Amino acid sequence: MRRAVLQLEALTKSFGALRVAEAIGLEVLAGETHAIIGPNGAGKTSLINQISGALLPDTGRIVFEGRDVTAMSIAARAALGFARSFQITQVLAHFSALENVALAVQARSGSSFRFWRPAAGEAALNRAALASLDSVELATRAHTLAGALSHGEKRRLEIAIALAQAPKLLLLDEPMAGAGIEETRSLVATLKRLKGRYTILLVEHDMGAVFALADRISVLVAGRIIASGEPQAVRANAAVRAAYLGEAI
Amino acid sequence: MPGARRGIPAAAASGSRTLAFDQRLAAGLFVLLASLPLLSRSMASSYLLLVGERVAIFAIAALSLELLIGAGGLVSFGHAAFLGIGAYAAGIVASHGFGTLSIALPAALAASALFALATGAIAVRTRGVYFIMITLAFAQMAFFIASSLAAYGGDDGLSWPTRTQVLGRPILKDQLTFFYLCLALLIATYLGVGRLIASRFGRVLRGLKDNETRMQAIGFAPYLYRLAAYVIAGSLCGLAGFLLGNQAEFVSPAYMHWQRSGELIIMVLLGGTGTRCGPMLGALAFLLLEETLSRLTEHWKVIVGPALVLMALFASGGIAGAIAAWQRRAAPGSPLALSRLGHHLLGAGRARLHAGRRTGRRLLLRPARSLRRSAQAIRAACEPAKAALDRGLQGLPSLAGRGLKTTVERWRRR
Repeated sequence: MRRAVLQLEALTKSFGALRVAEAIGLEVLAGETHAIIGPNGAGKTSLINQISGALLPDTGRIVFEGRDVTAMSIAARAALGFARSFQITQVLAHFSALENVALAVQARSGSSFRFWRPAAGEAALNRAALASLDSVELATRAHTLAGALSHGEKRRLEIAIALAQAPKLLLLDEPMAGAGIEETRSLVATLKRLKGRYTILLVEHDMGAVFALADRISVLVAGRIIASGEPQAVRANAAVRAAYLGEAI
Repeated sequence: MPGARRGIPAAAASGSRTLAFDQRLAAGLFVLLASLPLLSRSMASSYLLLVGERVAIFAIAALSLELLIGAGGLVSFGHAAFLGIGAYAAGIVASHGFGTLSIALPAALAASALFALATGAIAVRTRGVYFIMITLAFAQMAFFIASSLAAYGGDDGLSWPTRTQVLGRPILKDQLTFFYLCLALLIATYLGVGRLIASRFGRVLRGLKDNETRMQAIGFAPYLYRLAAYVIAGSLCGLAGFLLGNQAEFVSPAYMHWQRSGELIIMVLLGGTGTRCGPMLGALAFLLLEETLSRLTEHWKVIVGPALVLMALFASGGIAGAIAAWQRRAAPGSPLALSRLGHHLLGAGRARLHAGRRTGRRLLLRPARSLRRSAQAIRAACEPAKAALDRGLQGLPSLAGRGLKTTVERWRRR
């Protein structure tokens, strides 16, 4: 059996009386694309925030490659190999697309306490950044300011940034959110190319995208995982059908 | 306005045409300063040189603050503390008979770096208003400590026995030498800050200002980068303090007064943050205003205040932004000759006037909203000064305490 990259052990989190995570257990295996789906308010974003380090769980453990990372900061997790995209895109708006990615390369190659040499002239950083942009078909926009990119392009840029981190775990928080039909189609095509080469945890609303991409699916309802398994099994699961009452999945 | 606003950070980020423009403008300023001795000689008075020295010294201080504000997004309201600490450190060692460059200058730099390290370690954990208040509180602390240094003059300040000596000789006593030293250090600071902002470190600092969430997600923990920037900026301003103390052969607590910190911020904003020539132009403009207006009336700040409000309303890019905007419109890429500087400034004024007229029309059309906005801007501009005045010293510890509390809470949550 494949080794688990990420293990969640009895993760529990509440905001006041609201339980957003109730003893969540989950394993993401090396190389798989694992999707988390669930109706609005199920706690998907809280879950991905706990995994990335933006939120501290009340109890439970997050284990990454055999190491307890529950209390680690976001930046420390990133250094271990976490990379993520955000539901609301987070890019450096006043930097060019290339510089956005080059910074991610810089983060994992050598110290950033270098005060003299112009970073924009570092060929190694730019080369790696350009390759990453190219892999999401953004190379032609390398010198455009990230703030001036279209919504879909910003989504791609986020993925390029994440890839440049050479991630061991890719956390994608609703990468299709706000994208049009055409944009979604091309984003799915891009992610399909990445699938298998990276370990991906995907939180997504778009069922078409989820069933096109996921190797396994976990269904989150009211802070609990009610089903987990292969897409066909999850689709057939009665509890899942009840949760998605009427919605076609 | 949005054009100017967008243009400047873009240039800072990607080193495009506007950056070359920044360098041309800065070169013009350096040439102007360097030619002051000629003018001064023809006028048979050293007054111009004195003004030139002050411009160079405050331009260094403003550039160091720009490193925090423009690159780091950290608005320090206590930057003048470093002016005073640099001057006090050099003055104190001089009063003990160690007024030589090889001791006084390192003392000034080390003292300001240490103060920056100690206070920055707490201050850079906060952002926004809390950062402003904490830096203000620390600077006021330094101010009152200096006031109570009875052995070194207390409130009255400390007269230096002599200007800093170089290899046992008083060569800085020579006004021309001292003037060119200030100018050379200004140019070095300008170039050094430019390298720093463009370096790996500077890119991280700018990235953190742009989007901290994204930067953390790719693995940059903000704290050490911001602290390092704070220490570098503090020591640079300590250098300016060293020069300022040398110029006056005197240092007093007034060097660190919060008003002086406010003036440094004004220089940066007036000149145009996000550029390097901006803060220098701001220092020049502010000191010239001070020199000319203070002859008209001792309440010259009454004139500067409204001028700043207008600046904030109509030219958020500052002087540098206004010149850049005018140049883009009029003659893209034309070399900025020194002789044309006047035209440029006039043109910028015209452009502002034009924008002002347009805004005036808008004011008439939508009076309520505009009035409200102006009132807000004025209130926002007056608020910090008023609050600090009102509360005086009593208020400061509690404010600092509140800042500390949020900091501690944030720590705990982490």
